[in-house]
Amino acid sequence: MADVKPRVRVPSTASAGEAIVIKTLISHPMESGQRKDSSGNTIPRQIINRFTAEFNGEMVIDAALEPAISTNPYLEFEAIVPATGEFTFTWYDDDGSVYTATETVTVS
Amino acid sequence: MELTRRGMIALGAGAAAVALMPALPAHAAVDDAIQAFTGGASVGEGGITLTTPEIAENGNTVPVSVSAPGAVSIMLLAAGNPNPDIGTFNFGPLAASQSASTRIRLASTQDVIAIAKMADGSFVQARNEVKVTIGGCGG
Repeated sequence: MADVKPRVRVPSTASAGEAIVIKTLISHPMESGQRKDSSGNTIPRQIINRFTAEFNGEMVIDAALEPAISTNPYLEFEAIVPATGEFTFTWYDDDGSVYTATETVTVS
Repeated sequence: MELTRRGMIALGAGAAAVALMPALPAHAAVDDAIQAFTGGASVGEGGITLTTPEIAENGNTVPVSVSAPGAVSIMLLAAGNPNPDIGTFNFGPLAASQSASTRIRLASTQDVIAIAKMADGSFVQARNEVKVTIGGCGG
């Protein structure tokens, strides 16, 4: 799907060991599989079923998502940055697509 | 039509019965989901904070946050949805706090349940009722 666009807000600098707030959002319909189209056919489910956030390969959060998560799934959480490095955010779609975003944080 | 006290009570009881009915079939699924997450262990109270709006005007996007210091994972359930699962958050070593916020869909007025698995293997839960004006599992 071409219209899926991840957006991530991460502070660009932090001090070592500080807790930083990360906000992520991905534009995705999160079709629940419960809705019906105008002719009464069930619209097949298509959702982001898993989200992970890693920092330099170490896990921050690994979330299993279900159809009850709203359209354009938004997640906010906190992470510790021990040193300068890169966050990798990954979204897994029901159709097998994987969307990723990366953000660099500089520890001063 | 005359509005008597007795009449009003009967009306109220009827409305309550109607309101409860759609929630009944989902209860077994909720118990199953809790059983699958806890493995049958008893679930305590306290040590977990679930923040939900008291009234959600739009059931399509209801902001929820959950926080359970010392948890390894937190599962969220919506007791009155066709499928009660909302999601499960597993926290890694770099999570600064065992908390997360997201937006969820709620089909109708119902309880939102959060169950946290603590590092020592115990479980705690929190439960909040959310009143939904317009349901979010559109047909």
